[in-house]
Amino acid sequence: MAATQATPVKYDMEVVRWFTIAAAIYAVVGTLVGVYVASELAWPFLNFDLEWITFGRLRPLHTNAVIFAFGGCALMATGFYIVQRTGATALWSNKLAWATFWGWNLIIVLAVITLPLGWTSGKEYAELEWPIDILIAVVWLMYGFNYIMTIGIRKTSHIYVSNWFTMGMIVMITYLHVVNSMAIPVSMTNSFSIYSGVQDAMIQWWWGHNAVGFYLTGGFLAIMYYFVPKQAGKPVFSYRLSVLHFWALSFGYVWLGAHHLQYTALPDWTGSLGAAVSLAMIIPSWGGAMNGMMTLSGAWDKLRTDYILRFLVVALAFYAMSTFEGPVMSIKTVNALSHYTDWTVGHVHSGALGWMAMVAYGAMYHMVKKLWGVEKMYSEGLVNVHFWLATIGTVIYVVAMWVSGIMQGLMWRDYDEYGTLTYTFVESVSAMHPYYAMRAIGGLIFNIGTWIALYNIVMTVRTASAARSASAVPANA
Amino acid sequence: MSDHDTLYSTKFQDKIERSTLLMFVMTAIAVAIGGIVEIVPLFYLPNTAMCQNDPTCNNTQHKDANGNVIPMDKIIWNPATSAHKTLNDWAPGDGVRPYKPLELAGRNVYIREGCFLCHSQMIRPFRDEKDRYGHYSIAEESMYDHTYQWGSKRTGPDLARLGGKYSDEWHRRHLQYPRDVVPESVMPNYFWLEGKSVDVAETVQTMKVLTIMPFNPVPKTIYTDEYIAGASAELEGKTDMDALIAYLQSLGNHVKFEEGVNYRD
Repeated sequence: MAATQATPVKYDMEVVRWFTIAAAIYAVVGTLVGVYVASELAWPFLNFDLEWITFGRLRPLHTNAVIFAFGGCALMATGFYIVQRTGATALWSNKLAWATFWGWNLIIVLAVITLPLGWTSGKEYAELEWPIDILIAVVWLMYGFNYIMTIGIRKTSHIYVSNWFTMGMIVMITYLHVVNSMAIPVSMTNSFSIYSGVQDAMIQWWWGHNAVGFYLTGGFLAIMYYFVPKQAGKPVFSYRLSVLHFWALSFGYVWLGAHHLQYTALPDWTGSLGAAVSLAMIIPSWGGAMNGMMTLSGAWDKLRTDYILRFLVVALAFYAMSTFEGPVMSIKTVNALSHYTDWTVGHVHSGALGWMAMVAYGAMYHMVKKLWGVEKMYSEGLVNVHFWLATIGTVIYVVAMWVSGIMQGLMWRDYDEYGTLTYTFVESVSAMHPYYAMRAIGGLIFNIGTWIALYNIVMTVRTASAARSASAVPANA
Repeated sequence: MSDHDTLYSTKFQDKIERSTLLMFVMTAIAVAIGGIVEIVPLFYLPNTAMCQNDPTCNNTQHKDANGNVIPMDKIIWNPATSAHKTLNDWAPGDGVRPYKPLELAGRNVYIREGCFLCHSQMIRPFRDEKDRYGHYSIAEESMYDHTYQWGSKRTGPDLARLGGKYSDEWHRRHLQYPRDVVPESVMPNYFWLEGKSVDVAETVQTMKVLTIMPFNPVPKTIYTDEYIAGASAELEGKTDMDALIAYLQSLGNHVKFEEGVNYRD
């Protein structure tokens, strides 16, 4: 790896390898739990009358596993990889990076134990209880400090665009986590938010939407801005567009949370402001998506042979789709229909599966080859199989939720000729059954893809290790 | 880097990109503004500040259709001005009140079981929601809800005004085996809540904590030391099922909404 540099740099890549493998494992686990909770909604007997696996307890485990375990490890793997390579420097502290790895994994283990036990703060996407929240803050700051210090000791003159996005994520997630998690404990396993009602709702969605905006979007845009040009062998299409993309996104995304609370007891001005800025965000989001897509100008033919590039390009397509859908859903008249329905769930998954997971896998495959110094994956064909499973699974999932979501919204508001509500609530529940089954199948297809990816990555690593020991090069693990 | 950069970058952007500190500071400022603008006013604006014992409520006025001002103490229960002086005397229509011990224990169960993941507690001002669930929810109704439970998804129906809609016995059967009562339901069975005793110590501690919250605490004139001391006796022998039913029955009947009255500014 270092041999390709003009002046050889010794990078700290072992921790990146471990984060990459961890991400591949957590993707399997997170989506598997997702398939299970989706199936519980289609076939409630699957709750098996065991309190630990009821939907209400497992669903937070699914979201935490996908967002923080899979997403977090993917972000930290790619982050530590990018910051070293773009700065032509080793990490500021390799030890701190390892502490981050073990700390983050400890948090994940604690989540797996505590969430099924019902130890929850009751805030969506921030369910973990206060002792774990403190641990998250500590580990996150270790990660952030190490990252920023590594930017500080870079050998290059300018900070690369990916690192702007990661820095934005580090700062914003720190704000969000600290402010949103403020609570007074009543025991080691229970606590209550210091905010209540309207204020708590606004702070929660300020957290909720910016976890999407800065972590699942900003952090993964850092991946996009490094790995798309690398894999395409072309420089980023427009430097100017990336400047616009970064600053507009950083400044603008923060305002969007209020659109989750349209027509609630939150004052109208707040929701309207959130919606107005949401609409404006189409511009930088699509600018960024175009920037990624156009990077392939003159290299589109590679899509025929380069399966990794397929992941990255389809991810960008889902990014563009989701960042159009989101603003549309924030418009009050649309939100009146879509809010509280499965449409929201579909939107989240077109982002999480279509954008976040796809771009992460593109980067992970790219990194695995570089990190273990192999030309090809164990099976390039399986990368393609994974690509199609991921794409088809996501589309089935999202389409099922579009149909069920819009159907719910329309059934709830429908009046008959006598001016009374046409449907009881439970009629809308039973109408959802086919779509809930379809969603579970879409998720299962996606999940099968993650198993294939894990197998392929593990076999690549094993083959590479075998080749390395055969040629008697000392392993640096 | 290349000429491309010097050609297209502004001088300030170029300066930012060369300095880790400047990039950090500029980013930290850019990402802070939106949240401050949207969140901070909610802590002092009249229609969200939720002014407990201030009868003028920061000079907010809720008016009825004829332009008459609705007294604030009919929206938020104020023992000092109400005919009913204690939580045990409180009657529906007296205004929003804090939870009684058993209800609070039930609320802890509600949060623990993740009920909010499928049930909202926030009715929107639409005709169909009014017909289905009742009057739209107002800010004051969740003022004592530390860790709000508005929810974001209706896999099941909204529960904001569930209180009094069904009997305790209906709730018990429905919570035990939902499909015995509603065959199409996809809710898990919760019969096992009958086998769990209420966590008395935790509930009492929750009451104490609610009185020391920095924002919208429960007034110590309502959760008096005496009242908190008496909570244990009320909770003794109760199950999580009893508590959850008590909580569900307390939802949404605190304020008496009158037709044609605009409770939202």
